[in-house]
Formats: sequence, C-alpha cells, structure tokens
Amino acid sequence: MSENIIKITGVKKYFGGVKALDGVDLVIKKGEVHCLAGENGCGKSTIINVISGFYTPDAGTIEIDGKEYSKLTTQQALDAGVQVIYQDLSVFPNLTVRENLALNMEVASGRKFVSKRRFHDIALQALSKIEFKVDLDEMVENLTVADKQLIAISRALLNNARLIIMDEPTTAITHKEVENLFKVIRDLQNQGIAVLFVSHKLDEVFEIAEHFTIFRSGKNVFSGKTEELDEQKFTYYMTGRDIREESFRYVAKPGAKTVLEVKDLSLANGFANCSFSLKEGEILGITGLLGSGRTELAEAIFGYHKAETGEILIDGKNVVIRSVKDGIANGIGYVPPERNVQGLFMDQSIADNISVTGWEEHSNALGFANEKSITELVDHWVQELSIKVNDTKDNMRTLSGGNAQKCVLAKWLSLDLKVLILNGPTVGVDIGAKYDIYRLTKKLAENGLAVIIISDDVREILANCNRVMVMKQGRLVAEHKTSELDEASLSALAIKY
Amino acid sequence: MNYKRLVKRTEFYVAMIIIAFCILVQVRSGQFFTGNNIVDLLRSMTIPTMFCVGEMMVLISGGVDCSFPAIASLSMYFVCTKMDGMFANPLPYFLVAMLLGMCMGAVNGFIVAKFKFPPMIVTLGTSSLFLGIMQGILGSSEYPLTKALHKLGSGKLLTAVNPKSGLTSDLPIHFAFMIILIVLAWLLLNKTMLGRAIYAVGGDEVAAKRAGFHVFGTRMFIFCLSGALAGFIGVCRSSMMLTVSPNNMIGMEMDVIAACVLGGVSLVGGRGSIVGAVLGTALMTIVSNSLILLGVSTQWSRVFTGIIIIGGTAVSAIQEQRRKKKLFVAVSAQPEV
Repeated sequence: MSENIIKITGVKKYFGGVKALDGVDLVIKKGEVHCLAGENGCGKSTIINVISGFYTPDAGTIEIDGKEYSKLTTQQALDAGVQVIYQDLSVFPNLTVRENLALNMEVASGRKFVSKRRFHDIALQALSKIEFKVDLDEMVENLTVADKQLIAISRALLNNARLIIMDEPTTAITHKEVENLFKVIRDLQNQGIAVLFVSHKLDEVFEIAEHFTIFRSGKNVFSGKTEELDEQKFTYYMTGRDIREESFRYVAKPGAKTVLEVKDLSLANGFANCSFSLKEGEILGITGLLGSGRTELAEAIFGYHKAETGEILIDGKNVVIRSVKDGIANGIGYVPPERNVQGLFMDQSIADNISVTGWEEHSNALGFANEKSITELVDHWVQELSIKVNDTKDNMRTLSGGNAQKCVLAKWLSLDLKVLILNGPTVGVDIGAKYDIYRLTKKLAENGLAVIIISDDVREILANCNRVMVMKQGRLVAEHKTSELDEASLSALAIKY
Repeated sequence: MNYKRLVKRTEFYVAMIIIAFCILVQVRSGQFFTGNNIVDLLRSMTIPTMFCVGEMMVLISGGVDCSFPAIASLSMYFVCTKMDGMFANPLPYFLVAMLLGMCMGAVNGFIVAKFKFPPMIVTLGTSSLFLGIMQGILGSSEYPLTKALHKLGSGKLLTAVNPKSGLTSDLPIHFAFMIILIVLAWLLLNKTMLGRAIYAVGGDEVAAKRAGFHVFGTRMFIFCLSGALAGFIGVCRSSMMLTVSPNNMIGMEMDVIAACVLGGVSLVGGRGSIVGAVLGTALMTIVSNSLILLGVSTQWSRVFTGIIIIGGTAVSAIQEQRRKKKLFVAVSAQPEV
C-alpha cells in the first residue's frame, strides 16, 4: 500500500518528432483533489491518455497504488480504479438516463440480453453515489450539460473508482452548476476518491484544488500546494512570460458619435430590458456567467435571434434587425464562441474563408467572382493580421487556433463594419496569438470601429476594454469604467452578480 | 411511457395523420373500411415494410444501405434460375438467398466499417456492381417461378370479399412473415445488448468504443443482417408476384429510406423505432393506394408520394431547428441594482 494513488516519473511521449511529454512527473495522493493546469498543447491530454492506458509512454514509469506497470493497458487502468470523464462526456444522447448509466457496466460483464430491472438497479446504485436526482426515462439529449456531467460521474463511480480524472469539466456549465460539481467532488474526496481536475480557470481551481501541477510545453514547471501559488505566479508558470498589459485608454476623438444604441431590448428566455450605447472607438466588455444571456444579447444584435421588444439604433437611426443578413447590412460583425463550428468552413480553403462575406462585392453582374480582386483582398489581410499560412489555398484545418481566429477576424474586417462583437475571442488560442488579437482589436478601435468583447476572462476585459458591463440572469446589472477596477474588484463584481 | 412523452414522438403524429387520412377517404368514398380494401393495403405493404425494417436498423446504426434492392434482386434471381426445380420445399431457396445476401452485405459492411468510407456511396457502388453481375453474368430476363415458391405464393391466409362490388382480395402468407420479422426485429433492438449496441454506435461512435462496444463488429453485423434480409425479401417478392422479374425492385431504396425518415428514423443515426418504420411505410402505401378512391388518377400517385415525403421530413427538420435555436436563459423577473 502506498499513500499515492498514482505516481508518474519521467514520462516521455513523442509523436513523430513532436515531444508531447518530455519527462514529466505527476504524483497524486489518495483522496486528494489535484489540479493539472497548462496552456493548450502543453501535454495535458497526453498525460490523461497515458494514465488511462490509452497511450504507451516512450520512457518513464507509472505506479498505481504502489504497483508499477511497465505497459499499462486500458483494462489494467480501469481495474486499478482509474476513470476518465472526458470533455465530451461520452454519453449517448439518443438513449435514456437509465441506459446511459447501466450500459457500460452491462457491456463489461458481457451480458447478451437487456433486462430492464437490472438496468434499473444499476442506475439507482450509480445515482445513489452522488445523491443525484433525475428522471431515469428521460432522453439524455434533453438534459443540461451539467446533468450529463453528473451522469458521466455517477457512471464512473460504479466501477469502484479511486481516481477520477475530469478533463475541463467546467467549460460548459453555469456558475451554480460549478458549485454543485464542487460539492460532488468534495463528497468523493470524503469517500477517499482522488480527483484530478484539469482546468485553467483561475478562480475555480484555486477554490477546489489542494495541490497543483503545471505543465508547459510537455515539461513540469510547478508542483506544489495551492498556498504556494498566487494568480501572478500561476500565470507566469502557465505562460512562461511575465505579462503585464497596458490597459486600454479610450480617448474620445472630437465629435465621436454614438454608433450603436440599444434601448430596452428583450427576448423571452434570453434577456430582458437591456439598454446601453457604444461610441466610435470604444471597446466595451460584457462579462457574466455562462447562461447569463450575454451570448443571446450579442446574437440578437447581430440578427441570429430576433429581439421581441425594444429598439436598436445604428448611427442614431432606428434599424430593424430580423436576420443575420440585416445585421451584416447594418455593419455589425460577430465572431462566435465556437469558431470551428459557427465561424469557419473547416474543410474549405483559407482564402475562401477570408473572402466569403465579401463575395457579393467581388463579383460581376452575372454573379461570377472576380478572382483577382479576391486574391488581393485575401493577401492583404493575411499580411495585415500576420496570419501564418503556407498557402492561402490550404485547407482551414491546417491552421492553429490563433491563426484560425485571425481568419475569422479578417473575414469581418474585409467588410465595412461599424460594430464588431467578439464572443470569447481568445478561448483555445495560444498566448502569442492572443496578444496579436488584443493588439489588433485596439488598433481597430483606434481607427474608429466600435468593439464589444464578451469574455469570462477578467484579465482580458481589463486589458482591452474601457468600459465593462456585467450581466446576470438576462439583465445588465452593473456598468463600470475599467480604469476604476482591478482584477480583484472585477472578479468580485462578476461573482457577486 | 407517459402521455407527454408520447405526444412528443414523431410516431404519434404519423399515426394521427394516417387516421385522419383514412377517415377522409372513408367519408369521400365510403370504400376505405371495406374488407377487400384493407386486405389490399396490407398486401401492398408487406414487401416495403420488410425492407423498411431492415433499412431502419442500418440507419439507426449510423449507416445507410442503398444496395438492398440490388442484393434482393441478385439473390432472388440466382436461386430462382440456378436452383429451379431442385427442391420441393421452399425453405432451401430462402436459406440460399439469405446466405448470398449476407455475403453481399458483408462486402458493404467491411468497406464501411474498415475503411470508414461514406456508406451511401459505398452501397450505391456495390448496388451497381450487384446489378451488373445479375444483368451481365446471369443475363437477367423474365423467368417462370420455380414450383416450390409458386405453391407458397398461391397460398393465402384469408380472403376478403366486398359485399357490394363482389371484389375479392387475398392476404398472402408473406404477411405472416412480415409480422414475424417485425417481432424479431423488435426483440433484437430492444431486448438484446446487440440491439443497444446498434443504438449506441449510431448515437456516438466514440462513446460506444469507450463503453466497450465492438464498433466494427456491430457495423459488420448490421450490414450482413441487411443483406440477408434483402435476400429473404427478394424471394418473398418473387413468390408473391408468382414470377421472377429481376428488375422490378430496382429503385425501391429511395421510397424505403423516405418511409423510414417519415416514421422518425434519423438519417444521421441513433434514432428510430420499429413502430415508426411500420407507420411510415403504412402512410406512404395508404396514400398512394387510396388516391383512386378519392377520385384522383393513379398517374398522380408519385406526386402525392413526393409531397408526403417532403412535408413529413420538413416537419421533423423544423422541429430540430427549433430545438437548436431554443434559448435557456433564466431571466430574472425584476431588475436588481
């Protein structure tokens, strides 16, 4: 018996020439809540796959509960009580809760026939582990992400789990649901189950984790108790840079007009009575929890949803925005949070992605595209935004997150915009590209574009916006100049509401 | 199942539409609920329903099979011509046709499951291949039906007579095959872990793999099953028609897939039920067969079939869009400052 549930020493994993893990250590004590943090591509998911036996490391040792495994298989990992809750949760949307809870176990025991009673008993047993109440006959697709997560957790607990790995469990759930998840995690801890919590949301990990391991580029850069860290150090370890951004000072140009004015805008189950205005050259931040209506508000201004009551004024004129086409015609651009799904055609060329919103302008009366002017347009933006590409004819998938995001921006900038709404502009974007995007946004604002940034990231808001509004339960509840705030006070505001 | 869930289901709406349409035809013609009309409908439903049950299982697993009419035609043509008069019992004909069909299905399954090629293209390709073999190598043409199958096809479960017109209709033995097939398919899908695997693979392949389901095996199984069923149904069809006509099943795949979709089977996998597939086929059969009772010329039947398909799929597509665009923000009743 060992006091550690898992001990990983000097693990290396290469993919071709890429060192995904370059000799990392990770020690998790029994019953401990451990946080693994790091930027995208630092090796977090690789180590999860090593622990679950999915990848065989090229060097190093893995010890589970004091027993060393030279070649850990997925079955051995499961038998040793390692359970992974993947980010996609691996639930079956088309099956009932009961089936989702019971299927894995029934498959593992090699059953050939379905017995509703046995399914029922297993499901109840699973739910009892975390005192989770849900209708067993409901289809899983009709549940919230948080409930799906609890299903994945209770399902994992059936197999006498001793270490539960949660891969970014809080990305898609609301603040209240995060609290509930933390309660579940603490409860697991009391049962002696260790939890490896993979996340880089500062406030959350500081609240729940007792111990930290931070990776950067496949190497350990920090391992220690939570008390030894503060936010400053945490950021430094994650990025390897001491980043102090000058905040954005908005200087109203003489005669700067109000570009966008929203009056008493409401949409059922979206938001209610939202009013604000935005001047030329301003960068306005909107923060608030997931599910606070901030995305819905942005999408209504852009025309994806149709607001039910209220007015939108552009340049002082009342406009009717019923569809995305209306939004674009009124000079509103929107960069959605899931750019791969909503903002880009991943299987089309980079050039087509950048030029798509401008095709109408670059075609002749018969609708044929003017190839030459489109090429010029694409080349211009690739250069202007320093997008790293080999060939603009390459498939969109060849680009990294940061460069892909720049393409989304280029797509909008090639239109004559008045208002640009960025929703979570740097989620999944590496740090270098992140600051390129910040610089670009500020430059655009200086040239007179009005920008709205919707973000969870307090630091991002403070570094880029001159004003910030907080949304809660579909309403705008606070508005401040960022010069009056610091990270602590804005965090407090966001959490308070 | 409670009432609320029932009315949310596509199957419920299809059933309502069928009932409404039947009543409409009855009111207009007074001829719908007559014994011979009902038997006629059941008779014309028999073959499409069986195909539909097979196709539905492929669709649920996340695949699609466009080659079943070709498989059915080739297996049927092979056993009816090469084994003509060899057996007095119809059973060997069915068994050999099923075996042939299973082998052809295995070709589909292997290509789809192993190389992950899109099943629609694969099965369109093999469909062409199988038809080519039938027409080129076997030199297909009309052929008299072998004795054993002819005897089976001449049998009947019951005969209905219309008291007014004196018209009679026979319910073929194959209707009983259809019922048995429906029951077996229901048991497979709902009462075996293999059936759950079919739903799981269609719902989320990665999750299915992580849960320990055998994804490759499940896909292979489903295409082999579809092939074997096609062989069986092919022989059923020729014995029902009392002749071997190799080309008259070609083109049925689209109507069958459409009937599945009408009945709530998803084209991207994971969703669908036997009841839905049967109701979908019933709706299409009833509409195209009853137009004459409404005084509409039969030449218009394809037009109405088209309208039903587009209308039916539009309803479920719109439902899906609404579901996606639905907002979930809990807006507070009072502004708080």
